[in-house]
Amino acid sequence: MNDLAGARPEQPFDILVDGRAVPVLPGQTIGAALHAAGIRAWRTTRFGGRPRGLFCGIGVCFDCLVSVNGAPEQRACLLQARPGDEVRT
Amino acid sequence: MSAYDLAVVGGGPAGVAGALTAAQAGLRVALLDAAPRLGGQYFRRLPETFHATREAALHHGLDRFLRQSRALRSLADVLLEHRVWAVERHGGLGDFVVHAVAGDREERPVTVRASALLIATGAHDRPLPFPGWDLPGVLTAGGAQALLKGNLVVAGRRVVVAGTGPFPLPVAAGLARAGARVVEVLEANGPLGLARHPALAASKLGEAAGYALALARHRVPYRARQAVVAAHGDGELTHVTVGRLDRDWRVVATRTVECDTLAVGYGFVPQVELAVQAGCAMGHDLDGSPVVSVDAAQRTSVAGVYAAGEPTGVGGAELAEVEGRIAGHAAAADLRSAVHLAAEPPGTAVHRPAEPPGTPAHWAAGPAGLAVPEPLLRRRARLRAFAQALHRAYPVRPGWRDWLTPATLVCRCEEVPYEAVREAMDLGATDARSVKLLARPGMGWCQGRMCGYAVACLAGELPQAPRRPIAQPITLGSLERMTDDPS
Ligand SMILES: Cc1cc2nc3c(=O)[nH]c(=O)nc-3n(C[C@H](O)[C@H](O)[C@H](O)COP(=O)(O)OP(=O)(O)OC[C@H]3O[C@@H](n4cnc5c(N)ncnc54)[C@H](O)[C@@H]3O)c2cc1C
Ligand code: FES
Repeated sequence: MNDLAGARPEQPFDILVDGRAVPVLPGQTIGAALHAAGIRAWRTTRFGGRPRGLFCGIGVCFDCLVSVNGAPEQRACLLQARPGDEVRT
Repeated sequence: MSAYDLAVVGGGPAGVAGALTAAQAGLRVALLDAAPRLGGQYFRRLPETFHATREAALHHGLDRFLRQSRALRSLADVLLEHRVWAVERHGGLGDFVVHAVAGDREERPVTVRASALLIATGAHDRPLPFPGWDLPGVLTAGGAQALLKGNLVVAGRRVVVAGTGPFPLPVAAGLARAGARVVEVLEANGPLGLARHPALAASKLGEAAGYALALARHRVPYRARQAVVAAHGDGELTHVTVGRLDRDWRVVATRTVECDTLAVGYGFVPQVELAVQAGCAMGHDLDGSPVVSVDAAQRTSVAGVYAAGEPTGVGGAELAEVEGRIAGHAAAADLRSAVHLAAEPPGTAVHRPAEPPGTPAHWAAGPAGLAVPEPLLRRRARLRAFAQALHRAYPVRPGWRDWLTPATLVCRCEEVPYEAVREAMDLGATDARSVKLLARPGMGWCQGRMCGYAVACLAGELPQAPRRPIAQPITLGSLERMTDDPS
């Protein structure tokens, strides 16, 4: 994968997602890290309780909302993860 | 007195080219983009912390864009992580205020004033609803591409790519090269869409051939007149129903394909809300999208406001760059002649020189005496003709409505099923607006960005230009601070 772009990412760090450690390559968004870790559904809808994760990937659909360090309704696909981030779904 | 001559919103190929051209012509330019890096969608870059040595493998023409970005940074103010939520005309003519919030977490309101405005805000994917399209594992084609180009994350292991037009090809080729097993690529229209068109000459064919080759190398089948008509899974995608389609996209036969990921896209929706806010006249492109109307110099109907790239009609990165450059030339020439006019004593007859002083001989005077290099105008004409040919070859056909069941969500945010839309229409809603008022599609978080096209089609009309007083989500705090201090 990294071969494709000749990338040498820096040391990964963990963020906590509902108490569970999820690895992040520095620079990745929270949504990308979740998706890469095989976590594809992290929110349920208001009415039908339907599972949601990434859809548009660029901040327009709002399916990927999470709360980060207490700040609600953040778009996971846009927000670059930082060491120590605590994400709640 | 404005702080800048030109404020550019959008740092994709159109915005960067426009800002650079204007700055090279001597304008004081600020460029704002919501993203942390320049590039827009096409040149979405990896974070520097990836230390990518062969990033050009992810994009055609990256080196050229990087040269432009570097030159721009030395000549203009580049304001990244600035989300523009509104633009307005402040005082008289040629005094625009751009309202943005800066920072990805610690939101800070920022106001930029400029004499002219270039709207280069790009587009987003245009999905069509079908049963199960909101299951996790179903992504837009652009979303899959953004994961790869911006994060080096492969969207899935077993991937189906579906939709219409040329875009699914690079998406599928990228996924295959990155190690995904792309099970198949489905094109809902006919197989000959591209080849039939004479406009498809030269360079574009080469790019398409490159993707075709990549797909062949990874043994990815490309199937025309087929589409994903339903997605299934218990909480996550596990398989899709693939329909063989007639010419109108009605299903004539189905089969099941196992996959953990679907990347699907039926074109793009230009992001035009800032132009609507500024009062620019709008029109419709061949693909039904509301677009900003512009003249030969990329001027909108509002003096001092220019638009380039996808907001004037979806046409891809190359056209976006050319339009951006034309807009940059036009803004520079217009501002020069405005200054020139203002400097003349009152009562002097207003005249516009056909060729502003200092115009190189090979520049043609465009309409209204504007200096835009003739070769640029010719390239734009050729690329626009190509874009129109693509729209004609890859339209969305009406049969997709038959893919819906009564329970299929049309609006993902407000969870409005197809039957609620139909009920609203039975109650007398005859246009998308009244369907929206009765059944609430498009009233949720995304403000109709995802379902607007589908709802308009179901209501039997062309999608209307969106009226969104706030183009980007902001906190109430920022809104308050901004209304306290309107300067
Ligand atoms: C998700 C996605 C992926 C795509 N990937 C490809 C691809 O791989 N290959 C391809 O050929 N085409 C791709 N496209 C098509 C793309 O539209 C064109 O290739 C090209 O990028 C258009 O150039 P542009 O300059 O018009 O707009 P863009 O490149 O989209 O640039 C617009 C810029 O404006 C910024 N912006 C928009 N609104 C605001 C605002 N309110 N405030 C601040 N900034 C704002 C955005 O952050 C963006 O950087 C993709 C489109 C999408 C939606
Ligand atoms: S995935 Fe659409 S907003 Fe994040």
